[in-house]
Amino acid sequence: MSFASIFLALGGIVAFSLPVKSQDLLVAPGVEQADELDSSFLNPQSPKQPGLFDRLGIGSYGELHLNQGDKNEIDFHRLVLFLNYRYTDRIRFVSELELEHALSGDGKPGELELEQAYLEFAFDHGWVLRAGQYLLPLGILNEVHEPETFYGVERNGIETQIIPTTWWEAGLLVSKETESGLGFDFGIHSGLSIATNGSQAFNIRSGRQKVAKADASNYAASARIRYNALAGLSLTAFANFQEDVTPSSVEQNTATLLGASALYQRGGLQLRALVADWKIRGSAFQVSGSDHQSGYYFEPSYRWYRAIARLAFLRGLEHTTFTRVRCNKQTRSVLGSTSGPMKTLL
Amino acid sequence: MALDIVSKYRSGLIAVFLIVFQSGAWGLPQVYQKPSDFLRSSFGEIPPTRGISLTQSQQSRVRSILGKNYHQKVIRYWASNERCAFILEAVGKTELITTGYVIDQGKIESVKVLVYRESHGSEVARSFFTHQFRGRSLGSDNRLDQQPRNIAGATLSVRALTKMARLALYLETLR
Repeated sequence: MSFASIFLALGGIVAFSLPVKSQDLLVAPGVEQADELDSSFLNPQSPKQPGLFDRLGIGSYGELHLNQGDKNEIDFHRLVLFLNYRYTDRIRFVSELELEHALSGDGKPGELELEQAYLEFAFDHGWVLRAGQYLLPLGILNEVHEPETFYGVERNGIETQIIPTTWWEAGLLVSKETESGLGFDFGIHSGLSIATNGSQAFNIRSGRQKVAKADASNYAASARIRYNALAGLSLTAFANFQEDVTPSSVEQNTATLLGASALYQRGGLQLRALVADWKIRGSAFQVSGSDHQSGYYFEPSYRWYRAIARLAFLRGLEHTTFTRVRCNKQTRSVLGSTSGPMKTLL
Repeated sequence: MALDIVSKYRSGLIAVFLIVFQSGAWGLPQVYQKPSDFLRSSFGEIPPTRGISLTQSQQSRVRSILGKNYHQKVIRYWASNERCAFILEAVGKTELITTGYVIDQGKIESVKVLVYRESHGSEVARSFFTHQFRGRSLGSDNRLDQQPRNIAGATLSVRALTKMARLALYLETLR
Protein backbone atom coordinates (compact mmCIF):
# COMPACT_ATOMS: atom_id res chain seq x y z
CA MET A 1 0.00 0.00 0.00
CA SER A 2 1.75 3.09 -1.17
CA PHE A 3 -0.87 5.53 -0.09
CA ALA A 4 -3.25 5.92 2.73
CA SER A 5 -6.59 7.41 2.05
CA ILE A 6 -9.16 9.00 4.21
CA PHE A 7 -12.69 9.09 3.10
CA LEU A 8 -15.40 11.29 4.48
CA ALA A 9 -18.90 10.69 3.29
CA LEU A 10 -20.97 13.78 3.70
CA GLY A 11 -24.47 13.27 4.72
CA GLY A 12 -24.76 9.77 3.34
CA ILE A 13 -27.52 8.78 1.06
CA VAL A 14 -30.86 10.33 1.61
CA ALA A 15 -33.43 7.83 0.44
CA PHE A 16 -36.13 9.12 -1.80
CA SER A 17 -38.79 8.34 0.64
CA LEU A 18 -42.03 10.02 0.00
CA PRO A 19 -43.35 11.50 3.18
CA VAL A 20 -46.30 9.62 4.55
CA LYS A 21 -48.29 11.67 6.99
CA SER A 22 -48.98 10.33 10.45
CA GLN A 23 -52.59 9.53 10.82
CA ASP A 24 -54.69 8.37 13.68
CA LEU A 25 -56.22 5.03 13.16
CA LEU A 26 -59.52 3.74 14.34
CA VAL A 27 -59.06 0.42 16.05
CA ALA A 28 -62.40 -1.27 15.91
CA PRO A 29 -62.78 -3.91 18.58
CA GLY A 30 -63.93 -7.23 17.31
CA VAL A 31 -63.66 -8.69 13.89
CA GLU A 32 -62.80 -6.15 11.23
CA GLN A 33 -64.56 -6.67 7.97
CA ALA A 34 -62.17 -8.38 5.56
CA ASP A 35 -62.88 -5.89 2.78
CA GLU A 36 -62.25 -2.92 5.03
CA LEU A 37 -59.05 -4.50 6.26
CA ASP A 38 -57.83 -5.16 2.73
CA SER A 39 -58.64 -1.73 1.43
CA SER A 40 -56.88 -0.07 4.39
CA PHE A 41 -53.64 -1.69 3.23
CA LEU A 42 -54.21 -1.76 -0.52
CA ASN A 43 -55.02 1.97 -0.59
CA PRO A 44 -52.78 3.27 2.18
CA GLN A 45 -52.69 6.85 0.92
CA SER A 46 -55.24 9.23 2.28
CA PRO A 47 -58.15 9.74 -0.11
CA LYS A 48 -57.24 13.37 -0.81
CA GLN A 49 -55.19 14.18 -3.93
CA PRO A 50 -51.49 13.75 -3.11
CA GLY A 51 -49.79 17.14 -2.92
CA LEU A 52 -46.49 18.34 -4.33
CA PHE A 53 -44.48 17.01 -1.40
CA ASP A 54 -46.11 13.58 -1.65
CA ARG A 55 -44.91 13.38 -5.24
CA LEU A 56 -41.50 14.98 -4.97
CA GLY A 57 -38.38 13.09 -3.89
CA ILE A 58 -35.09 14.83 -3.12
CA GLY A 59 -31.80 13.12 -2.28
CA SER A 60 -28.13 14.00 -2.10
CA TYR A 61 -24.66 12.69 -1.37
CA GLY A 62 -21.14 14.03 -1.45
CA GLU A 63 -17.57 12.73 -1.37
CA LEU A 64 -14.52 14.59 -0.07
CA HIS A 65 -11.31 12.68 -0.87
CA LEU A 66 -7.90 13.08 0.74
CA ASN A 67 -5.21 11.07 -1.08
CA GLN A 68 -1.71 10.95 0.36
CA GLY A 69 1.36 9.05 -0.82
CA ASP A 70 1.62 8.84 -4.61
CA LYS A 71 -0.14 12.16 -4.76
CA ASN A 72 -0.99 14.61 -2.03
CA GLU A 73 -4.34 15.92 -2.96
CA ILE A 74 -7.63 16.90 -1.42
CA ASP A 75 -10.60 16.97 -3.72
CA PHE A 76 -14.32 17.44 -3.27
CA HIS A 77 -14.85 14.67 -5.78
CA ARG A 78 -18.59 15.03 -6.23
CA LEU A 79 -21.75 16.53 -4.86
CA VAL A 80 -24.89 14.94 -6.23
CA LEU A 81 -28.50 16.06 -6.22
CA PHE A 82 -31.36 13.70 -7.02
CA LEU A 83 -34.74 15.06 -7.96
CA ASN A 84 -37.66 12.70 -8.61
CA TYR A 85 -41.26 13.40 -9.31
CA ARG A 86 -44.08 10.90 -9.34
CA TYR A 87 -46.83 11.85 -11.78
CA THR A 88 -48.93 8.76 -11.13
CA ASP A 89 -48.37 5.40 -9.47
CA ARG A 90 -46.91 4.18 -12.75
CA ILE A 91 -45.17 7.17 -14.26
CA ARG A 92 -42.30 8.98 -12.64
CA PHE A 93 -39.44 11.27 -13.54
CA VAL A 94 -35.94 10.57 -12.20
CA SER A 95 -32.95 12.90 -12.42
CA GLU A 96 -29.43 13.10 -11.03
CA LEU A 97 -27.33 16.24 -11.27
CA GLU A 98 -23.68 16.16 -10.26
CA LEU A 99 -20.94 18.70 -9.65
CA GLU A 100 -17.53 16.98 -9.96
CA HIS A 101 -14.28 18.35 -8.53
CA ALA A 102 -15.91 21.40 -6.95
CA LEU A 103 -15.17 23.96 -9.67
CA SER A 104 -16.48 23.87 -13.21
CA GLY A 105 -15.82 26.16 -16.13
CA ASP A 106 -13.29 26.76 -18.91
CA GLY A 107 -9.92 25.35 -17.90
CA LYS A 108 -11.22 24.39 -14.47
CA PRO A 109 -10.86 20.81 -13.18
CA GLY A 110 -14.53 20.14 -12.56
CA GLU A 111 -17.70 19.51 -14.50
CA LEU A 112 -21.38 20.03 -13.94
CA GLU A 113 -23.09 16.94 -15.33
CA LEU A 114 -26.58 15.66 -15.89
CA GLU A 115 -26.11 11.96 -15.15
CA GLN A 116 -29.67 10.78 -15.51
CA ALA A 117 -32.97 12.26 -16.57
CA TYR A 118 -35.66 9.88 -17.69
CA LEU A 119 -39.31 9.02 -17.49
CA GLU A 120 -40.07 5.59 -16.11
CA PHE A 121 -43.25 3.72 -16.93
CA ALA A 122 -44.15 0.70 -14.78
CA PHE A 123 -46.37 -1.91 -16.41
CA ASP A 124 -47.98 -5.06 -15.20
CA HIS A 125 -46.03 -8.29 -14.78
CA GLY A 126 -42.77 -6.55 -13.82
CA TRP A 127 -42.22 -4.70 -17.11
CA VAL A 128 -40.58 -1.29 -16.85
CA LEU A 129 -39.78 1.16 -19.64
CA ARG A 130 -37.33 4.01 -19.30
CA ALA A 131 -37.16 6.78 -21.87
CA GLY A 132 -34.56 9.52 -21.74
CA GLN A 133 -31.01 9.63 -20.44
CA TYR A 134 -30.17 6.68 -18.22
CA LEU A 135 -27.26 4.73 -16.75
CA LEU A 136 -26.36 1.66 -18.79
CA PRO A 137 -27.00 -1.69 -17.06
CA LEU A 138 -23.36 -2.83 -17.31
CA GLY A 139 -21.12 -4.06 -14.50
CA ILE A 140 -21.67 -3.80 -10.75
CA LEU A 141 -21.15 -0.09 -10.13
CA ASN A 142 -22.51 1.75 -13.14
CA GLU A 143 -26.14 1.97 -12.08
CA VAL A 144 -25.57 1.99 -8.32
CA HIS A 145 -22.36 3.93 -7.75
CA GLU A 146 -22.92 5.68 -4.44
CA PRO A 147 -19.74 5.56 -2.33
CA GLU A 148 -21.27 3.38 0.37
CA THR A 149 -21.88 0.56 -2.11
CA PHE A 150 -18.21 -0.23 -2.82
CA TYR A 151 -15.01 -0.51 -0.82
CA GLY A 152 -12.14 1.92 -1.04
CA VAL A 153 -12.03 5.61 -1.79
CA GLU A 154 -11.79 5.39 -5.56
CA ARG A 155 -13.74 3.08 -7.82
CA ASN A 156 -11.89 0.04 -9.14
CA GLY A 157 -9.83 0.37 -12.32
CA ILE A 158 -11.84 -2.10 -14.40
CA GLU A 159 -15.06 -0.19 -13.85
CA THR A 160 -13.26 3.00 -14.75
CA GLN A 161 -11.18 2.14 -17.82
CA ILE A 162 -12.94 -0.89 -19.37
CA ILE A 163 -16.53 -0.14 -18.32
CA PRO A 164 -16.35 3.66 -18.24
CA THR A 165 -18.42 4.09 -15.05
CA THR A 166 -20.39 6.32 -14.67
CA TRP A 167 -21.65 5.74 -18.21
CA TRP A 168 -24.94 7.15 -19.39
CA GLU A 169 -26.56 7.39 -22.81
CA ALA A 170 -29.93 8.50 -24.15
CA GLY A 171 -32.56 6.18 -25.58
CA LEU A 172 -35.01 3.55 -24.43
CA LEU A 173 -34.51 0.78 -21.89
CA VAL A 174 -36.91 -2.03 -21.18
CA SER A 175 -36.55 -4.16 -18.03
CA LYS A 176 -38.42 -7.14 -16.74
CA GLU A 177 -38.23 -9.12 -13.55
CA THR A 178 -39.71 -12.58 -13.29
CA GLU A 179 -41.03 -14.44 -10.28
CA SER A 180 -38.27 -17.00 -10.70
CA GLY A 181 -35.54 -14.48 -9.86
CA LEU A 182 -34.44 -13.92 -13.43
CA GLY A 183 -34.41 -10.41 -14.78
CA PHE A 184 -33.30 -8.77 -17.98
CA ASP A 185 -32.69 -5.34 -19.41
CA PHE A 186 -32.44 -4.31 -23.04
CA GLY A 187 -31.76 -0.83 -24.30
CA ILE A 188 -31.16 1.00 -27.54
CA HIS A 189 -29.26 4.22 -27.07
CA SER A 190 -26.62 6.66 -28.25
CA GLY A 191 -23.01 5.50 -28.47
CA LEU A 192 -19.34 6.23 -27.90
CA SER A 193 -17.10 8.50 -29.96
CA ILE A 194 -13.50 7.37 -29.44
CA ALA A 195 -10.63 9.51 -30.74
CA THR A 196 -8.09 7.84 -33.06
CA ASN A 197 -5.40 10.46 -32.55
CA GLY A 198 -4.25 12.82 -29.85
CA SER A 199 -3.53 12.13 -26.21
CA GLN A 200 -6.83 10.30 -25.65
CA ALA A 201 -6.54 8.11 -28.75
CA PHE A 202 -8.26 4.72 -28.44
CA ASN A 203 -9.28 5.49 -24.87
CA ILE A 204 -12.75 4.08 -24.22
CA ARG A 205 -13.42 6.24 -21.17
CA SER A 206 -12.68 9.42 -23.10
CA GLY A 207 -15.09 8.23 -25.78
CA ARG A 208 -18.16 8.94 -23.66
CA GLN A 209 -20.05 11.78 -25.27
CA LYS A 210 -22.22 12.26 -22.17
CA VAL A 211 -25.21 13.09 -24.39
CA ALA A 212 -23.83 16.61 -24.76
CA LYS A 213 -24.48 17.62 -28.37
CA ALA A 214 -23.40 14.06 -29.05
CA ASP A 215 -22.93 12.48 -32.47
CA ALA A 216 -26.06 10.44 -33.16
CA SER A 217 -25.26 9.03 -36.59
CA ASN A 218 -24.75 5.60 -35.06
CA TYR A 219 -26.63 3.61 -32.50
CA ALA A 220 -25.61 1.33 -29.69
CA ALA A 221 -27.40 -1.29 -27.61
CA SER A 222 -27.00 -2.83 -24.18
CA ALA A 223 -28.38 -6.03 -22.69
CA ARG A 224 -28.12 -7.70 -19.32
CA ILE A 225 -29.44 -10.86 -17.72
CA ARG A 226 -29.64 -11.08 -13.91
CA TYR A 227 -30.06 -14.13 -11.76
CA ASN A 228 -31.01 -13.52 -8.13
CA ALA A 229 -32.85 -16.65 -7.08
CA LEU A 230 -30.51 -17.97 -4.38
CA ALA A 231 -30.00 -16.24 -1.04
CA GLY A 232 -26.78 -14.25 -1.03
CA LEU A 233 -25.91 -14.94 -4.66
CA SER A 234 -26.30 -12.55 -7.57
CA LEU A 235 -25.04 -13.23 -11.08
CA THR A 236 -25.21 -11.05 -14.17
CA ALA A 237 -24.05 -11.30 -17.76
CA PHE A 238 -24.04 -8.18 -19.88
CA ALA A 239 -23.20 -6.97 -23.37
CA ASN A 240 -22.91 -3.70 -25.22
CA PHE A 241 -22.77 -3.26 -28.96
CA GLN A 242 -21.58 -0.13 -30.75
CA GLU A 243 -22.30 0.32 -34.44
CA ASP A 244 -19.32 2.66 -34.88
CA VAL A 245 -17.18 3.94 -32.00
CA THR A 246 -15.35 6.40 -34.29
CA PRO A 247 -18.06 8.44 -36.03
CA SER A 248 -15.52 11.16 -36.84
CA SER A 249 -13.18 8.85 -38.77
CA VAL A 250 -13.72 7.28 -42.19
CA GLU A 251 -13.27 3.70 -41.04
CA GLN A 252 -16.26 2.05 -39.39
CA ASN A 253 -15.20 0.49 -36.09
CA THR A 254 -17.88 -1.71 -34.59
CA ALA A 255 -17.28 -2.72 -31.02
CA THR A 256 -18.66 -5.30 -28.62
CA LEU A 257 -18.33 -5.43 -24.86
CA LEU A 258 -19.05 -8.72 -23.10
CA GLY A 259 -18.88 -9.18 -19.36
CA ALA A 260 -20.13 -10.93 -16.28
CA SER A 261 -20.29 -10.28 -12.56
CA ALA A 262 -20.84 -12.35 -9.45
CA LEU A 263 -21.62 -11.35 -5.87
CA TYR A 264 -21.80 -13.79 -3.01
CA GLN A 265 -22.51 -12.93 0.61
CA ARG A 266 -22.58 -15.17 3.63
CA GLY A 267 -22.52 -13.62 7.10
CA GLY A 268 -19.80 -10.98 7.10
CA LEU A 269 -18.04 -12.52 4.11
CA GLN A 270 -18.58 -11.10 0.66
CA LEU A 271 -16.99 -12.04 -2.64
CA ARG A 272 -17.25 -9.85 -5.70
CA ALA A 273 -15.91 -10.65 -9.13
CA LEU A 274 -16.22 -8.94 -12.48
CA VAL A 275 -14.83 -9.53 -15.95
CA ALA A 276 -15.25 -7.24 -18.96
CA ASP A 277 -13.89 -7.54 -22.46
CA TRP A 278 -14.02 -5.16 -25.42
CA LYS A 279 -13.38 -6.22 -29.00
CA ILE A 280 -13.11 -3.36 -31.45
CA ARG A 281 -12.89 -3.98 -35.18
CA GLY A 282 -10.90 -1.99 -37.70
CA SER A 283 -7.29 -1.47 -38.72
CA ALA A 284 -6.77 1.71 -36.65
CA PHE A 285 -7.42 -0.14 -33.39
CA GLN A 286 -5.54 -3.23 -34.55
CA VAL A 287 -2.39 -1.29 -35.46
CA SER A 288 -2.35 0.53 -32.14
CA GLY A 289 -2.91 -2.72 -30.24
CA SER A 290 -6.12 -1.44 -28.68
CA ASP A 291 -8.54 -3.69 -30.55
CA HIS A 292 -8.85 -5.90 -27.48
CA GLN A 293 -9.25 -4.19 -24.11
CA SER A 294 -10.23 -6.30 -21.15
CA GLY A 295 -9.84 -6.78 -17.44
CA TYR A 296 -11.15 -8.50 -14.36
CA TYR A 297 -11.14 -8.10 -10.61
CA PHE A 298 -11.77 -10.29 -7.64
CA GLU A 299 -12.62 -8.80 -4.26
CA PRO A 300 -13.08 -10.79 -1.05
CA SER A 301 -14.10 -8.76 1.98
CA TYR A 302 -15.15 -9.33 5.56
CA ARG A 303 -17.47 -7.09 7.55
CA TRP A 304 -16.87 -7.09 11.30
CA TYR A 305 -19.93 -6.07 13.17
CA ARG A 306 -20.50 -8.46 16.06
CA ALA A 307 -16.91 -8.53 17.30
CA ILE A 308 -16.57 -4.77 17.05
CA ALA A 309 -19.86 -4.12 18.86
CA ARG A 310 -18.37 -5.64 22.03
CA LEU A 311 -15.99 -2.71 22.29
CA ALA A 312 -18.24 -0.05 23.72
CA PHE A 313 -16.41 2.93 22.28
CA LEU A 314 -16.76 1.51 18.77
CA ARG A 315 -20.43 0.74 19.10
CA GLY A 316 -22.47 2.08 16.24
CA LEU A 317 -19.55 1.71 13.84
CA GLU A 318 -18.82 -1.15 11.53
CA HIS A 319 -15.57 -2.12 9.90
CA THR A 320 -14.79 -3.99 6.74
CA THR A 321 -11.48 -5.38 5.61
CA PHE A 322 -11.19 -6.00 1.90
CA THR A 323 -8.65 -6.92 -0.69
CA ARG A 324 -9.01 -6.47 -4.41
CA VAL A 325 -6.89 -8.05 -7.11
CA ARG A 326 -7.43 -6.52 -10.49
CA CYS A 327 -5.85 -7.13 -13.83
CA ASN A 328 -6.12 -5.19 -17.04
CA LYS A 329 -2.78 -4.26 -18.55
CA GLN A 330 -1.03 -5.29 -15.36
CA THR A 331 -2.03 -6.98 -12.15
CA ARG A 332 -2.48 -4.76 -9.13
CA SER A 333 -3.77 -5.52 -5.70
CA VAL A 334 -5.18 -3.35 -2.97
CA LEU A 335 -5.64 -4.10 0.70
CA GLY A 336 -7.91 -1.80 2.60
CA SER A 337 -10.26 -1.19 5.44
CA THR A 338 -13.33 0.96 5.74
CA SER A 339 -15.16 2.15 8.81
CA GLY A 340 -18.43 3.90 9.07
CA PRO A 341 -21.75 4.17 10.84
CA MET A 342 -23.51 0.86 11.09
CA LYS A 343 -26.00 0.24 8.31
CA THR A 344 -29.43 -0.63 9.44
CA LEU A 345 -29.34 -3.73 7.26
CA LEU A 346 -26.48 -5.49 9.01
CA MET B 1 -21.93 -10.88 -39.65
CA ALA B 2 -24.56 -10.81 -36.94
CA LEU B 3 -23.60 -7.23 -36.29
CA ASP B 4 -24.24 -6.30 -39.91
CA ILE B 5 -27.70 -7.81 -39.69
CA VAL B 6 -28.39 -5.79 -36.58
CA SER B 7 -27.33 -2.60 -38.38
CA LYS B 8 -29.43 -3.38 -41.40
CA TYR B 9 -32.60 -4.01 -39.46
CA ARG B 10 -32.24 -1.50 -36.69
CA SER B 11 -35.44 0.33 -37.49
CA GLY B 12 -37.17 -3.03 -37.39
CA LEU B 13 -35.62 -3.81 -34.04
CA ILE B 14 -36.88 -0.60 -32.51
CA ALA B 15 -40.39 -1.34 -33.76
CA VAL B 16 -40.37 -4.81 -32.18
CA PHE B 17 -39.16 -3.27 -28.96
CA LEU B 18 -42.16 -0.96 -28.77
CA ILE B 19 -44.72 -3.62 -29.67
CA VAL B 20 -43.61 -5.70 -26.68
CA PHE B 21 -44.74 -2.81 -24.55
CA GLN B 22 -48.10 -2.33 -26.08
CA SER B 23 -49.06 -5.81 -24.96
CA GLY B 24 -48.38 -4.99 -21.33
CA ALA B 25 -51.32 -3.71 -19.32
CA TRP B 26 -51.16 -1.14 -16.57
CA GLY B 27 -51.52 -2.73 -13.20
CA LEU B 28 -49.24 -1.83 -10.29
CA PRO B 29 -49.19 -2.60 -7.42
CA GLN B 30 -48.48 -6.30 -7.25
CA VAL B 31 -50.75 -7.93 -4.66
CA TYR B 32 -49.23 -11.27 -3.63
CA GLN B 33 -51.79 -11.98 -0.94
CA LYS B 34 -54.65 -9.95 0.48
CA PRO B 35 -54.13 -8.97 4.13
CA SER B 36 -57.35 -10.79 5.06
CA ASP B 37 -56.14 -13.97 3.33
CA PHE B 38 -52.78 -13.68 5.06
CA LEU B 39 -54.52 -13.59 8.45
CA ARG B 40 -56.83 -16.47 7.53
CA SER B 41 -53.92 -18.62 6.38
CA SER B 42 -51.95 -17.78 9.54
CA PHE B 43 -54.76 -18.24 12.10
CA GLY B 44 -57.51 -20.17 10.29
CA GLU B 45 -59.78 -17.15 10.74
CA ILE B 46 -59.37 -13.41 11.17
CA PRO B 47 -58.78 -12.73 14.86
CA PRO B 48 -60.15 -9.51 16.42
CA THR B 49 -58.19 -6.40 15.49
CA ARG B 50 -56.21 -4.91 18.35
CA GLY B 51 -54.00 -1.86 18.46
CA ILE B 52 -50.79 -0.76 20.12
CA SER B 53 -50.58 2.94 20.93
CA LEU B 54 -46.94 3.92 21.28
CA THR B 55 -45.78 5.97 24.27
CA GLN B 56 -42.98 8.53 23.97
CA SER B 57 -40.28 6.10 25.10
CA GLN B 58 -41.62 3.32 22.88
CA GLN B 59 -41.70 5.73 19.97
CA SER B 60 -38.02 6.54 20.53
CA ARG B 61 -37.17 2.83 20.45
CA VAL B 62 -39.13 2.57 17.19
CA ARG B 63 -37.05 5.48 15.89
CA SER B 64 -33.85 3.63 16.71
CA ILE B 65 -35.13 0.61 14.77
CA LEU B 66 -36.53 2.40 11.74
CA GLY B 67 -34.46 5.55 11.74
CA LYS B 68 -37.73 7.49 11.93
CA ASN B 69 -41.19 7.27 13.45
CA TYR B 70 -43.61 4.68 12.15
CA HIS B 71 -46.12 6.49 9.96
CA GLN B 72 -49.07 5.50 12.16
CA LYS B 73 -49.48 6.32 15.85
CA VAL B 74 -51.56 3.24 16.52
CA ILE B 75 -50.33 -0.01 15.05
CA ARG B 76 -52.81 -2.81 14.44
CA TYR B 77 -52.16 -6.44 15.25
CA TRP B 78 -54.02 -9.73 15.36
CA ALA B 79 -53.41 -12.39 17.98
CA SER B 80 -54.50 -15.85 18.90
CA ASN B 81 -53.02 -17.42 22.07
CA GLU B 82 -49.24 -16.87 22.00
CA ARG B 83 -49.03 -16.06 18.30
CA CYS B 84 -49.61 -12.65 16.82
CA ALA B 85 -49.41 -11.04 13.41
CA PHE B 86 -48.46 -7.55 12.28
CA ILE B 87 -49.05 -6.10 8.84
CA LEU B 88 -46.47 -3.36 8.47
CA GLU B 89 -45.55 -0.88 5.79
CA ALA B 90 -42.17 0.61 4.94
CA VAL B 91 -40.77 2.47 1.94
CA GLY B 92 -38.24 0.49 -0.11
CA LYS B 93 -36.83 3.07 -2.49
CA THR B 94 -39.86 5.24 -3.18
CA GLU B 95 -42.91 3.06 -2.58
CA LEU B 96 -44.50 1.36 0.41
CA ILE B 97 -43.99 -2.38 0.79
CA THR B 98 -46.77 -4.05 2.79
CA THR B 99 -45.57 -7.14 4.64
CA GLY B 100 -47.14 -9.56 7.08
CA TYR B 101 -45.16 -10.96 10.01
CA VAL B 102 -46.27 -13.77 12.32
CA ILE B 103 -44.44 -13.79 15.65
CA ASP B 104 -44.55 -16.67 18.11
CA GLN B 105 -43.06 -16.02 21.56
CA GLY B 106 -40.31 -13.65 20.49
CA LYS B 107 -39.39 -15.48 17.31
CA ILE B 108 -40.48 -14.88 13.73
CA GLU B 109 -42.63 -17.72 12.49
CA SER B 110 -43.27 -16.49 8.96
CA VAL B 111 -42.90 -13.46 6.69
CA LYS B 112 -45.06 -12.78 3.66
CA VAL B 113 -44.85 -9.79 1.32
CA LEU B 114 -48.47 -8.88 0.65
CA VAL B 115 -48.30 -5.81 -1.60
CA TYR B 116 -45.22 -4.74 -3.58
CA ARG B 117 -45.26 -1.36 -5.29
CA GLU B 118 -41.63 -0.75 -6.33
CA SER B 119 -40.64 -1.28 -9.96
CA HIS B 120 -37.50 -3.21 -8.95
CA GLY B 121 -36.41 -5.62 -6.25
CA SER B 122 -39.48 -7.87 -6.11
CA GLU B 123 -37.15 -10.80 -5.33
CA VAL B 124 -37.72 -9.94 -1.65
CA ALA B 125 -41.23 -11.35 -2.03
CA ARG B 126 -39.91 -14.77 -2.95
CA SER B 127 -39.76 -17.55 -0.40
CA PHE B 128 -35.98 -18.09 -0.77
CA PHE B 129 -35.60 -14.66 0.75
CA THR B 130 -38.45 -14.53 3.29
CA HIS B 131 -37.61 -18.00 4.68
CA GLN B 132 -34.40 -16.52 6.05
CA PHE B 133 -36.41 -14.68 8.71
CA ARG B 134 -37.85 -17.85 10.25
CA GLY B 135 -36.82 -18.35 13.87
CA ARG B 136 -35.09 -14.96 14.07
CA SER B 137 -35.31 -12.96 17.29
CA LEU B 138 -34.29 -9.48 18.38
CA GLY B 139 -31.00 -8.88 20.21
CA SER B 140 -30.47 -6.17 22.83
CA ASP B 141 -28.79 -4.05 20.16
CA ASN B 142 -32.08 -3.89 18.17
CA ARG B 143 -30.63 -6.19 15.51
CA LEU B 144 -31.76 -9.59 14.36
CA ASP B 145 -29.75 -12.49 15.82
CA GLN B 146 -28.89 -13.47 12.26
CA GLN B 147 -28.97 -11.09 9.31
CA PRO B 148 -30.66 -11.95 6.02
CA ARG B 149 -28.39 -12.05 3.03
CA ASN B 150 -28.63 -9.11 0.71
CA ILE B 151 -29.99 -9.29 -2.83
CA ALA B 152 -27.95 -7.22 -5.26
CA GLY B 153 -30.19 -4.66 -6.94
CA ALA B 154 -32.79 -4.97 -4.19
CA THR B 155 -30.78 -3.62 -1.25
CA LEU B 156 -33.30 -0.97 -0.24
CA SER B 157 -36.19 -3.45 -0.29
CA VAL B 158 -34.11 -5.93 1.75
CA ARG B 159 -33.44 -3.16 4.28
CA ALA B 160 -37.13 -2.29 4.45
CA LEU B 161 -38.15 -5.90 5.15
CA THR B 162 -35.40 -6.26 7.74
CA LYS B 163 -36.42 -3.07 9.53
CA MET B 164 -40.05 -4.18 9.59
CA ALA B 165 -38.99 -7.59 10.98
CA ARG B 166 -37.17 -5.86 13.83
CA LEU B 167 -40.15 -3.59 14.41
CA ALA B 168 -42.56 -6.54 14.50
CA LEU B 169 -40.38 -8.35 17.04
CA TYR B 170 -40.24 -5.24 19.20
CA LEU B 171 -43.98 -4.55 18.94
CA GLU B 172 -44.69 -8.11 19.99
CA THR B 173 -43.05 -7.40 23.35
CA LEU B 174 -45.47 -4.49 23.91
CA ARG B 175 -48.76 -6.28 23.45
